[in-house]
Amino acid sequence: MNFRVMKRLVLASLLCGSLNLRAADITVFAAASLSDVLTKIGANFQAQTGINVEFNFGASSLLAQQIEAGAPADIFFSADEAQMARLENDNLTDPATRKSILANSLVVIIPNDSALQIKSANDLTNADVKQIALADPKAVPAGVYAKAWLEKMQLWPAIEPKVVPTENVRAALAAVASGNVDAGVVYKTDAAISKNVKITYEVPRADGPDISYPMALVKGSLQPDAAKKFLNYLSSKEAGQVFTQYGFLLRE
Amino acid sequence: MSAAEWQIVWFTVWVAALSTLTILPIGLALAFALARGNWPGKSIVETFITLPLVMPPVATGLILLTVLGKHGGGGWFDFRIVFTWRAVLLALSVMSLPLLVRSARTAFEEVNPRLEQIARTLGAGGWRVFFTITVPLAGRGIIGGMLLAFARALGEFGATIMVAGNIPGKTQTISLGIFENVTIGQNAQAYHLLAASVVLAFIAVWSSEFFLRRKKTA
Repeated sequence: MNFRVMKRLVLASLLCGSLNLRAADITVFAAASLSDVLTKIGANFQAQTGINVEFNFGASSLLAQQIEAGAPADIFFSADEAQMARLENDNLTDPATRKSILANSLVVIIPNDSALQIKSANDLTNADVKQIALADPKAVPAGVYAKAWLEKMQLWPAIEPKVVPTENVRAALAAVASGNVDAGVVYKTDAAISKNVKITYEVPRADGPDISYPMALVKGSLQPDAAKKFLNYLSSKEAGQVFTQYGFLLRE
Repeated sequence: MSAAEWQIVWFTVWVAALSTLTILPIGLALAFALARGNWPGKSIVETFITLPLVMPPVATGLILLTVLGKHGGGGWFDFRIVFTWRAVLLALSVMSLPLLVRSARTAFEEVNPRLEQIARTLGAGGWRVFFTITVPLAGRGIIGGMLLAFARALGEFGATIMVAGNIPGKTQTISLGIFENVTIGQNAQAYHLLAASVVLAFIAVWSSEFFLRRKKTA
């Protein structure tokens, strides 16, 4: 390929790139636990409306930090109310658009080939459970919920020394799946994603904290109309079915 | 600074110093072999040692995690390596070894082999020549290399977080502490650790400069 042809190709690809930007594109900052289900719903939405939805998945606490720092998000979809409140207090999200449509629950998981018997919260204090992966209990919602549950059971002081905090809930899942930790606490919907882990104990919803996923429009959005359309779609029956398919609970 | 912050600083200095001491024997042996020997596969060994210097640290961390994890060699030991302080030590050692080897190698190359030969003709054995002639003559370069390795270890992030995680009070170093505090919005703590890391890095680099410069004029 000679130089001139290459130059044209580069130019053409640059042009295409800028054309792509013109089509309505929205960016959704969403909790890591939503990654599979939202990718699916985003694709459905794009097929219907032509609006392309891009995602940035991560710990809700990290995403909130990024939005505070000026990251270009149109929608924030958090795994807990605290991170949403943090942005709302900073006047960065539109409270009128805030809605909590989903619930989830916690489970204790172990590697598939593990012989550990964990049939209660109390069993996590057993000596053969040496390391337990949690999303960082200082800020990441899945870890904050897990800590709240274990505090309620009055087991946190015994379990805290065993905790391996991870960046987000999917990293806790991966640590268990690789067999490098003995157990982990993740959302029930995460446990369903990996073939290398098994659920050994489901936290009864009465024991655990209320796990709620709020979403809202980010005030700096450059595509507020397209973003609102997607927010509405997320609360639709059609999206609700996909959420249920992936194991999420719909709140009413 | 709070007690928890001091613990992070102390742990970082301690584990970085320990890693420098750990790599010292193997680092010097490798540097000497590379400086003096002419053996098959030398350039391959040299390239391998340098890899952690140029590869993404996270990639090096992933290699360590795979090799030492439960389904790798980690299953052979009756103690756990990954997500413990041992993994921090290992990550820092692997990441800082190339710096020590490179500095020490240059220092060994600058030692005049005739002085060693003379010592040998006077009846000194190989080890004695090495420790009483070669190492003292290359001393400043070796110490400079150790300080560089120590400074690199102080700031290690990518490999550490992969293989040792980010466990407060156990595997959290200054870099990991800064990262965690910023992501959860505790900026004050992050700035305390930032200040500590600037001071430590300054001391380490300044003293290595001191040793390397003295060598030239000597």
